[in-house]
Amino acid sequence: MMENQEIYERLNNVFRDIFDDESIVVKPETTSNDIEDWDSLEHINLVVAVEQEFGMKFNMNEVTTMKNVGDMVKIILERKTK
Amino acid sequence: MKQLEYPFDENYLIKNKKKIKKELLQKDDLIEKNIAILGGSTTSEIKNMLEIFLLNYGIKPNFYESEYNKFYEDAIFGNEELDNFKPDIIYIHTTNRNIMEYPNMYDDENTIVDKLNMEYEKFKKIWDKLFSKFDSTIIQNNFEYPYYRLLGNKDAVDIHGKTNFITKLNQKFYDYANVTKNFFINDINYISSCYGLDRWANQFYWHMYKYAMEVPAIPYLSFNLANIIKSIYGKNKKALVLDLDNTLWGGIVGDDGVENLAIGPEVPSGQVFSEFQNYLKEHKNLGIILNVNSKNEYENAIAGLNHPAGTLKPDDFIIIKANWNPKNLNIKDIAEELNLGADSFVFVDDNPAERKIVQNYIEGIATPEIDIPENYIKIIDHNGYFEVTNFSNEDLKKNELYKDNAKRSQMMATFDNYEDYLLSLKMKAEITTFKPIYLERISQLSNKSNQFNLTTKRYSLADIEAVNNDDNYIKLYGKLEDIFGDNGVITVVIGNIKNKDELHIDLWIMSCRVLKRNMEFAMMDMLVKKAQEKGIKTIYGYYYPTAKNKMVNNFYDLQGFEEISCDEKGNKKYKLDISKGYTNKNNVIEVNE
Repeated sequence: MMENQEIYERLNNVFRDIFDDESIVVKPETTSNDIEDWDSLEHINLVVAVEQEFGMKFNMNEVTTMKNVGDMVKIILERKTK
Repeated sequence: MKQLEYPFDENYLIKNKKKIKKELLQKDDLIEKNIAILGGSTTSEIKNMLEIFLLNYGIKPNFYESEYNKFYEDAIFGNEELDNFKPDIIYIHTTNRNIMEYPNMYDDENTIVDKLNMEYEKFKKIWDKLFSKFDSTIIQNNFEYPYYRLLGNKDAVDIHGKTNFITKLNQKFYDYANVTKNFFINDINYISSCYGLDRWANQFYWHMYKYAMEVPAIPYLSFNLANIIKSIYGKNKKALVLDLDNTLWGGIVGDDGVENLAIGPEVPSGQVFSEFQNYLKEHKNLGIILNVNSKNEYENAIAGLNHPAGTLKPDDFIIIKANWNPKNLNIKDIAEELNLGADSFVFVDDNPAERKIVQNYIEGIATPEIDIPENYIKIIDHNGYFEVTNFSNEDLKKNELYKDNAKRSQMMATFDNYEDYLLSLKMKAEITTFKPIYLERISQLSNKSNQFNLTTKRYSLADIEAVNNDDNYIKLYGKLEDIFGDNGVITVVIGNIKNKDELHIDLWIMSCRVLKRNMEFAMMDMLVKKAQEKGIKTIYGYYYPTAKNKMVNNFYDLQGFEEISCDEKGNKKYKLDISKGYTNKNNVIEVNE
């Protein structure tokens, strides 16, 4: 099982790449309101990149109900993949 | 940038596009183009990916993006933003999601024909309207196959099937494309099948975000689109430079001997190289120049190329470099002998170390990452180096033209006096005002010429047509032939008449195939003659330096112009007073109007 901390570190790198901003630090409560470029169009690219990073896929229901980064991490943990 | 060549990592591109974009924006000599994307589904990531692929080709796009699914409204009713945007390219991104009226099982044949015509007419109306409004090139998606088949295999065959309907609609699009200039099809039907239709049509992305294909497929779509656009702006590759051992045949001719090479129909490893040779040879018909660059004794290289089972023979190549020099030096020599930029070459070599050296020393050259022989064709093909948009008859004859040039070089060596050599060529030129049959070639030339190009102004076919129809321009093309052959249209001058008696030269280009033949003086003579007929008193010339056009730095000085200004970037303005007469400069070419 992956550790919470490791997931956040990897997730942080994905966020920094996608938004091209090295100052980003994601926390469980982080939402799209906290990151300037995080709009609905960038959201899809973020989802694709996160899926790629953790070797898993979100389903439609998950993507529509995710409220913050913490929710996203919870789903990643449930899948406990690579 | 290697990451933007096929095979690329689509996920890497999606994740790192912002960084990649920043890096590519540092490039010099980017040309700006306005691209309007009219979408029938979400287009955001298509635009982002298109941007980095185009930047990699030296094209900096400015975008207009229609509101979601407003392609029809934008085209038919227009809107101010789009009108003011003045697009160079209009890309219509529609997919089978935008087909409104599919056949149903109750429909009789006539009803289905009506439905087909209705769908087609909707699009034709869009294209006609856009062409009437803008001097643009239109790129239109065809339709991908549906992701389910209600009738199973019969879906392709029966007139009620969606697959059948889409196939017929696509054919109608092709028929329009075949009779319409400045109109190109982005073949997403092919791209989706290469990608895998089930993955392409991943419905998650449609229902979540209204993307008509899954997001990781988008780099493939945008790359395909970028290849069409870079081809329109003359950024295709022009020549193949080929290694021999384990590239054109299996084995090493110097070690194994000709008789032991793998080539020909007997064994699978020979078949794969035969097929590759056939594939390369087909490029000659597209006007692609074939050359050899191999570490070999020359005799061994020729012996290998004369292998009875090989389809490529020594005669198929313009230049054969088989020696022990570093390959990057051979490439520089080939570029010089052909008068082509080495950045227009595709270097094909099975050895990654050789590719890396060439890549490091020669900016802009393509070195496809071929891995195993059975993948060679796919990797070269999918890179779209030679994407055909405007194919002219010149292209068919290209290899002959270069062969003729090689003969001229031999003849030159027999003369001590250069003018005697020029006279011996018995050159005949046709220099006159633009003719409709040459407009395509003229546009092509304006986009391809980098070295002998005073202003590096690019003209699409639509731009050239506009110049042709405007009396405020003097526009000349020149053809040149000699005892060795006809070079076709190889030079163009466009001058803009202002203030009644001034002529400003917007464009002066010449193909490097005819350098040092005094053709530029014959052109000048004719330009002055035409200018005098129109009452011009002063001709103004401009030189704008680029990384590639140093050879014409003092062109106007040689033509007898007077330099009147030069800014810190080296942009120069010249003038020539022709009101008090002019003495012709050309005396080696016979000129007809």
